[in-house]
Amino acid sequence: METLIRVLGFSSIGFVLLIFLFLLQEGVPAFLEIEPGNLFGTRWYPTFDLFGTMPLILGSVLVTITAIAISLPLGVATAVFVREVAPNWAREILKPMIEVLAGIPSVVLGFFGMTLIAPAVREVFGAPTGLTAFTGALILAYMALPTIISVAEDALDAVPKSYRDAGLAMGATQWQTIWRVVVPAARSGIVTAVMLGMGRAIGETMAVMMVTGNAARMPLGLDAIFRPIRTMTATIAAEMGEVAQGSIHYHVLFGVGIILFVLTFAINLTAASVMFKKRRRGGLR
Amino acid sequence: MRTTRIVLVMAVLLAAVPLCGCRPAQSSGGAVQTGSTIQQKGSDTLVNLALAWAEEYMRLHPEVRLSVTGGGSGTGIAAMINGTADIADASREMKPEEVAAAEANGITPVEFVVARDAIAVVVNPSNPVDTLTIQQISDIYTGKTTNWQQVGGEDRPIVLLSRESNSGTYVYFLENVVRMGQKDSDMLFSPDTLLMPSSEGISAEVRQNPNAIGYDGLGYVTPDQKVLAVARDAASPHVLPSAGTVNDGSYPISRPLYMYTAGQPSGDVKAYLDWVLGGGQYLVSKLGFVPLTE
Repeated sequence: METLIRVLGFSSIGFVLLIFLFLLQEGVPAFLEIEPGNLFGTRWYPTFDLFGTMPLILGSVLVTITAIAISLPLGVATAVFVREVAPNWAREILKPMIEVLAGIPSVVLGFFGMTLIAPAVREVFGAPTGLTAFTGALILAYMALPTIISVAEDALDAVPKSYRDAGLAMGATQWQTIWRVVVPAARSGIVTAVMLGMGRAIGETMAVMMVTGNAARMPLGLDAIFRPIRTMTATIAAEMGEVAQGSIHYHVLFGVGIILFVLTFAINLTAASVMFKKRRRGGLR
Repeated sequence: MRTTRIVLVMAVLLAAVPLCGCRPAQSSGGAVQTGSTIQQKGSDTLVNLALAWAEEYMRLHPEVRLSVTGGGSGTGIAAMINGTADIADASREMKPEEVAAAEANGITPVEFVVARDAIAVVVNPSNPVDTLTIQQISDIYTGKTTNWQQVGGEDRPIVLLSRESNSGTYVYFLENVVRMGQKDSDMLFSPDTLLMPSSEGISAEVRQNPNAIGYDGLGYVTPDQKVLAVARDAASPHVLPSAGTVNDGSYPISRPLYMYTAGQPSGDVKAYLDWVLGGGQYLVSKLGFVPLTE
């Protein structure tokens, strides 16, 4: 039994390694076959041998950062409310509902975004089309929320009761205690929550493909957020099904996968290192 | 295309299951059946239509087996020339060098136009623009024209919608409309073009956005989009796409879809092609193409 569990545990690590090796094997040729000027150029026309991945990378980054900018205040505020302010009965209702939120399939959110949010974004912000980076960010923010709320709430939960008591005893109001004592004490946990939410947002595909317009333009300038973009994930999903196996285009799509993998890995590493620091300091921060 | 092909193979296999089941019973009855299989290969544009025809024909004639594969017009024509396919599906005419290769192999290819593919240019119903020339559409899609005012509409930005770059419609539209059929042109879609993963994506955006312009196969256009009349050039009349204008060639953005056989077809192949050109035409419009007759 013990051996079995050990084998199963190692095999899942083995699978991750194999997937990574496969990704490298299929994707590395792209970096060798295509000159860097083309590969990191600004024009993505794969059918005409223009493989500029820059618009895709920037598109993913823009939509992810905007999504986090929206979901961070909302998520932390919700976590504070659920953990610190809400009466017990409300907490009992809210917590499972937040978990249900995480279970909504992304294609459903994408359809919702395409038919309801996109027209609203176009009318409210006067953009030429509602299929924009901002629309995608709204959907992604909604998808990252459950992760951020649960992890941030756990972090608040880990703050010892003595901190709150000390704050109140010194004459601080409940709000002062929450914002000046409890939330700062849970800071590293909240950073982890944001990092995990970010990892969720950057890897999301279906909803993004449906609402961001998929135009591979460079998202530069102040209005870029209200213009269409094309993300790395949507590009892989849209083009992989039809590409000839072994062609340059095929290798480039895996190359984009490697870039995406490296980005997500960096984000997760940051999240893990924050958690590691917290553990070293003895669990309080 | 890989997934589609797997689905095709599965569909053909499934369709073949009942045949396998009843064949031994027939042959034991004395009448020896050779069980002819018609091999069909070629254009990915045509593959779904070819499959629909094959399935329906096998339902009507259980004694005939048809196998349909995609791979592209060139692949299909090459297979027809070297004898591994009975019928080549093609979304373009055979090139002179392909005809020469066939003749060198002792084959005279015979051409059949089996359906037509027309691309409709669509806008939101509230857009006052009714007509465009190919030149104007090309300028819009390359990003030279960016406001509807420049083509006689309201003062609104133009939002460009296109199918994904792997779609056959994308390539056809690029070569014949954006590049206006000039072979040496290297014009491309503007980077601002929104690439929609499906026909539904295009129609949803056209339906709700008065700035949008899109294109798609005529059969996929829903009534809540406004179809534009298109003129070949400034001197030509503007023509709305319909079965009539597509078949008489007056609508400029359309192309015939072909099947080629090695020499005059006979036997099962001839019977099948006769049915495709006659009784099978009703399936054409279901798949978004234009039938030869109304």
